[in-house]
This record gives sequence, C-alpha cells and structure tokens, in this order.
Amino acid sequence: MLSVKHLIDTPSLTADDITQILDTARSFAEINSRKGIKKVPALRGRTIVNLFLEPSTRTRSSFELAEKRLSADTLNMGGSTSSVVKGESLADTIQTIDAMNVDMFVVRARLAGTPVKVMENTDAIVINAGDGKHQHPTQAMLDLYTIREHFGHLDGLNVAIVGDLAHSRVCGSLAPALKTMGANVTLVGPPTFLVDDPTYYGCPQTSDFDSVIPDMDVVYMLRVQLERMEGAAIPSKREYNRLYGLDSRRETMMRPDAIICHPGPMNRGMEINTEVADCKRSRILDQVTAGVATRMAEMYLLLGGESDGLSN
Amino acid sequence: MAYLIKGAHLVDPQVDLDEVLDVLIVDDKISCVGAHLEAPDAEVVDGSGKYLVPGLVDMHVHFRDPGFEYKETIATGARAATHGGFTDVATMPNTSPVTDSGSEIRYQIEQARMANLCHVRPMGALTSEQKGEALAEIGDMVVEGASAFSDDGHGVQSAGMMRTCMEYVSQFDRVVCAHCEVETLTNNGVVNEGRASTRLGMFGWPALGEELEIMRDIELARITGCDFHVCHISTARGLEYVRRAKAEGLPVTCEVTPHHLFLCEDDITDAYDTNLKMNPPLRTAEDAAAMREGILDGSIDCVVTDHAPHAAHEKDCEWEISYFGCVGLETSLPLMLANMVIPGRMSWQRMVEVMAINPRRLLRLAPVRIEAGSAADLTLIDPERIVHVTPEYLVGKSKNSAFLGLTLKGCACDVFVDGRRTLVDGEVAAS
Repeated sequence: MLSVKHLIDTPSLTADDITQILDTARSFAEINSRKGIKKVPALRGRTIVNLFLEPSTRTRSSFELAEKRLSADTLNMGGSTSSVVKGESLADTIQTIDAMNVDMFVVRARLAGTPVKVMENTDAIVINAGDGKHQHPTQAMLDLYTIREHFGHLDGLNVAIVGDLAHSRVCGSLAPALKTMGANVTLVGPPTFLVDDPTYYGCPQTSDFDSVIPDMDVVYMLRVQLERMEGAAIPSKREYNRLYGLDSRRETMMRPDAIICHPGPMNRGMEINTEVADCKRSRILDQVTAGVATRMAEMYLLLGGESDGLSN
Repeated sequence: MAYLIKGAHLVDPQVDLDEVLDVLIVDDKISCVGAHLEAPDAEVVDGSGKYLVPGLVDMHVHFRDPGFEYKETIATGARAATHGGFTDVATMPNTSPVTDSGSEIRYQIEQARMANLCHVRPMGALTSEQKGEALAEIGDMVVEGASAFSDDGHGVQSAGMMRTCMEYVSQFDRVVCAHCEVETLTNNGVVNEGRASTRLGMFGWPALGEELEIMRDIELARITGCDFHVCHISTARGLEYVRRAKAEGLPVTCEVTPHHLFLCEDDITDAYDTNLKMNPPLRTAEDAAAMREGILDGSIDCVVTDHAPHAAHEKDCEWEISYFGCVGLETSLPLMLANMVIPGRMSWQRMVEVMAINPRRLLRLAPVRIEAGSAADLTLIDPERIVHVTPEYLVGKSKNSAFLGLTLKGCACDVFVDGRRTLVDGEVAAS
C-alpha cells in the first residue's frame, strides 16, 4: 500500500512508496519482456480515463500500453476532441466523466495544479501525467527505475540535472524524488534557467557544467523547450550547445560507469549531440521501456489490483 | 431624523477624543457630543461596549460597473461596503468603458446616489482607456467629482507618459495612485517569484517588478511635485523606498491590503486555491511582517481592500487562467480588529487614522470629525461580535474571499452616512 491515495507529486512520496513502485515495476518489466502474451488481468473491469489536455506522444502511449497490459478499460480524451477546447470548464468536464463511474483519471495538462482540481471534482483516483511547469511524477519514477537498474541502488549516487530547470516539471519531480532516495543532486544550467528559489530543492546549482561532470554517476539532460526560447533566456541553439550541450568531449569526462539520461523528445544538436545520445552510456531507450512498467506499477498499486492479478 | 448614540467609546485623534460620551445626530450632521445627552425625539442607539469612529473609508475598490455587472454593481458593492462598516469607497476606473471622462464619473456618482448607501468617490483613469498612451480627460473628471487618478490594474509602462500624467495632475489638487508593475519583469507571473513559483511550478512575479516602478515614480514625484500614492504595496524593499522618500519630505504615500498584511505565499498550498491569486501576489512572510510594521510606524498611510469581485466560474478553474483578486470590504475591519487592534498591537487611534482620516485626506474629502457640525458619517464598532467568513456572510455579488472559513471577533454593527443609518445592528438598510 502506498501512503498516498493519488499520485500528484513526488515530494508527497516516502522512500517506502518509491521503493514499492520500483519493486512492483520489476515484476511488470518481466511481463513486458515476455516473448508471448504481455498482458495480465490485474485491472480487469476497471475504467481508466486518459485526459490529455496538452499534446503528448510518449507519455500517452506509455500509459495506454500500461493500461492495456493490465487489462483495464480505457477512454482517451483530449486534444481537438476535448470539451475543454469547446469552452467547458475543467470542473464540468470532470464531473461529466465522473458521472459515468470511472475508476481513475490520468491527467496531462498545460496548467499547474490541474490534477488537484480534477481530484476535487471526482471520487476517482488521479495520476498526474505532467502539469505545466509543476510536476511529472511518473517520469521521475521511470527515471529512478532506470538508474536503479543500472547501479543496483540510488543512495549516494551523484546526479546532475542539466538544462531549463526553472520551467521543468521533470526537474520538479525528479530532484525531490532523488533526494528522498538518498542521491546527491546538482542542478546545472545558465543563470536564466536556474530555479527561482535556489534553496527550495536543497541542492547546489551551478552554471559550470564541465566542473561537475567528472563527479557524476548520472548526467540527466533536460529538453530545452524551444517554444519557450522567445524572451531570449538563451541567445541561440548553437551557443547553448557549446556551453551546456552534452557532446563527446564532455562524455569523455564522465566516470567510467556513469550513464546519460534524457526524458525525450531530444533536440539533437542542442542539449545533446547524436554521438552521445546513441552511445553505450545512454539509457534513453531504457527509460522509455521502464515507463510502461513503472506506470503499470503505479496504477496497480493505486487501484489495489487483485493480489493474484500478476499471474495469468 | 435624529439619532442619539448613547455611551459609545468615541475615538477620533483629530479632536483628541478617546472617551465614553453620547453623540446626537440631527439630519445629516453631528449636532452635539457630550455626556448624558437627552433628545426625546431622537432614536436611541445603544453604544455601550462599542466604539464610535469617523466613518471608514476604503480608497481602493473595484465595483465593475459599468461593464462587468455580473461580478458587482455599484449597488451591490455599496451593500458590501456598508456591511463592512464603510461610509466611503473610491472606485477604480478599470470598468468597461474605462472611467476616463467626466460623464463616466457622473454615471458612477449617480448610480451611488440611487443605491443610497455609502458615498462612492470614483477615481478617474490617468490615461485614455488605461492604455498608457495618451492623457485621459483629467480636468473634465475633476470637475465632475473624480477623487483621484489611477490606471490601477496596470502600471503606466512608459516613464515619459507617467511623467506627463504627474505633471498634468499637479495642476489639480489630486493624488496620482499607481499600481506599480514593470510588465517586462512580471511577464506571465502568477505567484511571487521565489519559493512559491518554484514549489508550485508557475511563472514568478518578482518583487523587483513592483519595487523598480515605485522607485521610478518616487523620482517622478520629486521632479513634478505631484502627490504620489503607491497602491497595494507588498514588498519590504518597496516600503523602504517609500520610507526614505517620506524622510526626504517628498509627497509620497502608500496603502496596504489586509491580504498583504495577514497572508503570505506560504498560505498557497498544493490545493491551488485561486482565491489567493492576487496582483501583486502574496509575498514572503518577511514581507508581510514588514507591512505590519509599516502600518504601525506610519510608513504606510492607509488600509485598503483592493476589493476585486469575480464570478464563481472565473475563480473555479486552474490557477494560471483564473482572475487576479479577492473581495475584501466585509473582512477588512474584522481582520484589522482581530489581528491588530483587539490584541493591542495597534491603537484604536491608529486604526482610525489608517482607515478613515488618511484615506479621506488623500481623496481630498472634507474631514469627518466627531464634533458638532461635522457630517454625520460614522461607524459604530462592536469589538465582541463574531464574524464567520462564509459565502452567506458576504452580501456583495461575488464570494471570492481569501479568508473564507475564518472566524473573526469584532466588526461594524452600525453605520451612519449623512445621518442616515445604513447599517442597522449588522443588517444593511434597504436602498
């Protein structure tokens, strides 16, 4: 049992919660890697609504696959078909779906705090699939899973999160979760990308990427939101790549067993260069694989799936 | 009509009054102040255990009329003001159309006369349509009764335009009230920049965005000689600039809201309660403490509510798309009493200064004193009466209070406006 009823943010999760999710995900990873039937009846008869109020490809596909492999019934809402687009308030949208008796909402939204507003309008369980610049807890869980699979543990690891920290829900969830698990986090980015309150995460911030690389076990490159380039937080793609991009020169400075992560989608040639993105340190595709298993674990634990649901 | 208020504790530092006496109101004036007054024709109001003060004035409210009558009208706003203990309010000009000409001022005064509850003292816009580009018809509005001038809701972004505004206003005996916000710094900010913006994952509204414009406008006041008043000040450093300007003898004043006195960014929880979304945003706990200090030491001249009604559907939504502002007229006095006056942190005299005397002076209204001959604009306060801040308690049209759920001790029980009893034992009189 998790200590939380909904998965909204990572600061609410205890180390035990995170460990449960990661351990449970391992069982699902085994199912996902089967040659044969990749499906268990764990959530048979449960209804999950994927409410995606902003465009998403990988997170949405990952959730959908996870739901299908748990045998849940799913309903996809959002995008141009969304009633929110037609001017309906969020509360009305949620109450309308809620009236159809669903068990869970998976919510992706452009606006921070949306999953909490969803929670206020339904008795169903809510999973935050990314809200604005706030939180993206299921991304953090798949990242932790990937890192733990490589090192066998999380405590004591040195992790650099590099890029647009101020506007990153990935950082918002990952940094606190890593701290909870005993890892040491360093935030790296140009001063215009550092978080507003440097004391909030309780970890050092620096703009000197090169100086931190040799001490890191994990170099986690954030996607630069190209759509947020306006307002000139950085002068150009080229300059960003030169100062903060992970290229082969920086890759050679890394510890022998250090790994590279990225939440995707990548801007190749900006925050990460092709030769590095595809090198053997890269765990970027492992992260994607882990996403399905960890999301299965989260839904399973939150919906209290049948105890024998893991066998089929 | 005559009223005899018996045995109230009268507080009016203008006439050194701080004692239990009777007050006789005849028609629209105070006829007599003294001990053991008799007036057989007058209706007696029991003032025992209560405080009688010059009528409270809120010099910063939004009544949304004309243009947004679904949020508040002058009539419903006047009801809320009366319920909160006010005799006078100054309405901000960000109506639709913008109150930027004499006829718009006249409209509001006429609506207030029909509502027949409190005095409404409209402020005019500084610039045409509040666009910050060209002077509004300020002289025309002065003639029609505008109490002050402001582009509240926005700062006048161009320093040159603001200089022109202040130079032009300096020919009239009126104050320029400024919402100080450098918009290139505040951008999409919806919470205080710092811990709140980081924790909640939203764009920050930096303190500097306010402070830089306060600094600019103080310098403009210096060269133009125009009286300059900072609206809803919220940061410690901004207040420090005002304090220094006052020490230099510059014509600079400022106001603060109860929400910036008694709430801070830490009160915004992960529930994203949009009633706590205001502009300027709730600042740090240290800033709020500095505001409380400033209201006591004289650096801050008055308490205002920035009463900003919004319809339920404009607040019952995601934080980033919800509207800025909260209603405040009916909680302002109870909050000041419960947090400052009754615990002994602020004297009754100081409360009267910041909620009645100073705003009246800044709006260039005739002083109201508790003495024979003065206008009978008075507020009677019951320090024992309990207020539960619920939607039902709020008689205005909108219920977006940042203080819902609170129980406070002390509020107005009776209000007299030009000798008419507009609040009768806690109930607003019919218009």
